[in-house]
Amino acid sequence: MPLTSADFAAIRLTLELASLTTVLLLIIGTPIAWWLAHTRSRLKGPVGAIVALPLVLPPTVIGFYLLVAMGPNGFVGQATQALGLGTLPFTFAGLVVGSVFYSLPFVVQPLTNAFGAIGRRPLEAAATLRASPLDTFFSVVVPLARPGFITAAILGFAHTVGEFGVVLMIGGNIPGKTRVVSTQIFDHVEALEYAQAHWLAAGMVVFSFVILLLLYSSRRANHHVI
Amino acid sequence: MPADEARIVLRARVRHDDFLLDVDLSLPGRGVTGLFGHSGSGKTTCLRLMAGLIKADSGYLCVNGDIWLDTDHRVDLPTHQRALGYVFQEPSLFAHLNVLRNLQYGQKRVAASEHRVDMAHMTALLGIDHLLTRMPDSLSGGERQRVGIARALATSPRLLLMDEPLAALDLKRKREILPYLQRLHDELDIPVIYVSHSPDEMARLADHLVVLDAGRAVARGPVAHTLARLDLPASRTDDATAMIPATACEYDVQYGLLTVELQAPEGGTPGRLRLVHPPVAPRSSVRLAVQARDVSLALHDQDAGSILNRLAARVQAIAPAEDPNHVIVRLDAAGSPLLARITRFSCDRLALEPGMHLWAQIKAVSLLQ
Repeated sequence: MPLTSADFAAIRLTLELASLTTVLLLIIGTPIAWWLAHTRSRLKGPVGAIVALPLVLPPTVIGFYLLVAMGPNGFVGQATQALGLGTLPFTFAGLVVGSVFYSLPFVVQPLTNAFGAIGRRPLEAAATLRASPLDTFFSVVVPLARPGFITAAILGFAHTVGEFGVVLMIGGNIPGKTRVVSTQIFDHVEALEYAQAHWLAAGMVVFSFVILLLLYSSRRANHHVI
Repeated sequence: MPADEARIVLRARVRHDDFLLDVDLSLPGRGVTGLFGHSGSGKTTCLRLMAGLIKADSGYLCVNGDIWLDTDHRVDLPTHQRALGYVFQEPSLFAHLNVLRNLQYGQKRVAASEHRVDMAHMTALLGIDHLLTRMPDSLSGGERQRVGIARALATSPRLLLMDEPLAALDLKRKREILPYLQRLHDELDIPVIYVSHSPDEMARLADHLVVLDAGRAVARGPVAHTLARLDLPASRTDDATAMIPATACEYDVQYGLLTVELQAPEGGTPGRLRLVHPPVAPRSSVRLAVQARDVSLALHDQDAGSILNRLAARVQAIAPAEDPNHVIVRLDAAGSPLLARITRFSCDRLALEPGMHLWAQIKAVSLLQ
């Protein structure tokens, strides 16, 4: 067997992290995307830009600031300590928080596009048919935006699986706790275990290709992914 | 408020971008009321306000005793709590639901005790009962709009608002859908506010007319009288139309000619017209539409030509048409209002003036219902 038990632990942790992050991203990203798609507020530009920041910033920058904020002297750290939760860096929870920030644009942008494409008219039609705004969201918006939700979930999941810099900064590299596939590969390379690194790296390539293949072949040509 | 029973009272001021709507209307609580005017006159704003889709700066709306909006008392029901049906210019069906589930969408959100419209009857009335399992994107434009109308009616609304429901359709589809609207008008006892800029649709469907211009109501009254008012811009356009109430009489099977009798003037004999039309039950009331451009004028009765219908008429008023080389003449044809669109040259040659008696030759009459 080419993969060690440490490799399997890293794979399991990666999948756990990506699944939890995707669920959280859909819960957090949906209201943000809805607001971005419908607001006429002047804050739309700044909020959109902040959400998109992880697309352009080096992951180490995000990781660094999250580390500072969540550390014992940071404002998040102070709050989590006051709540009796301790501090988040170098824990799985800290990794989840970091991943949510890092993958946010990959969920918010497809959802914003999907909500924008639906427009206001179906919402107005639903209101004249006695549906409350929340009812309208679940009975009209979610079904009409389904391709957008699928794209958002796949991209959020895949991007989280692929992260490295943020993980290293705030997760450290603790086996079974914060060591994911990308950091495990890094460890193998550092230890000159190239064969081990190959198995995991090639696995990532295949996984990412399959995900993107599913995504692109399920969308019609006129839909762009992000 | 007992005074508001069986009436729709709307008072509102809305500033929408740089447009101001300022209306104070008391409309009949039954039948079809047309909101008529050019684009930009505030018709749609008025309708959206009644639906709660836009907010009034100040306003009051009472529909047959139910208060939906009263800014003085901080009442402003959200759209989904107003018992209305709304038909949009584009049908706006839900693309993810088939026709039946589109129809049921609103219906199942209304308490069963409120259901007064029978779904099977209505789908038959609108000719969509064979489409129930189809998806909206497989329907023609006319079918989609009929489903949109049925979907609005399925909630058993206390008020039906229709925003130019035929405007997005071509002439053929319009002709296809108009008879259904006329049937609804005859069979369902739901008050309708119908927005349009088409005199023809108003002549066919409306009982009562409110004319809007630049955000204000400039005229209102029964449709036959209001459509023929020369002081309003709509009666001076190319498609100006007079609506004439009449009664069906005998039918000539050999030539397929229906005779109709106009309302009798006080102490006079009623005028009669003949038109090619399938038989209509005798004594039933019908509406006739006569376009102003299909009416010519002559000083003497000329029986020698091919024109079937000639009515003795008196000139009531003359006004310039939209096109400066034409005039519109309003006539009293044995008690019925009639418009004639003639050239300014003919007007001068015949020396037309109010009070003159002459003959109106009517080239085309259409029967509306």
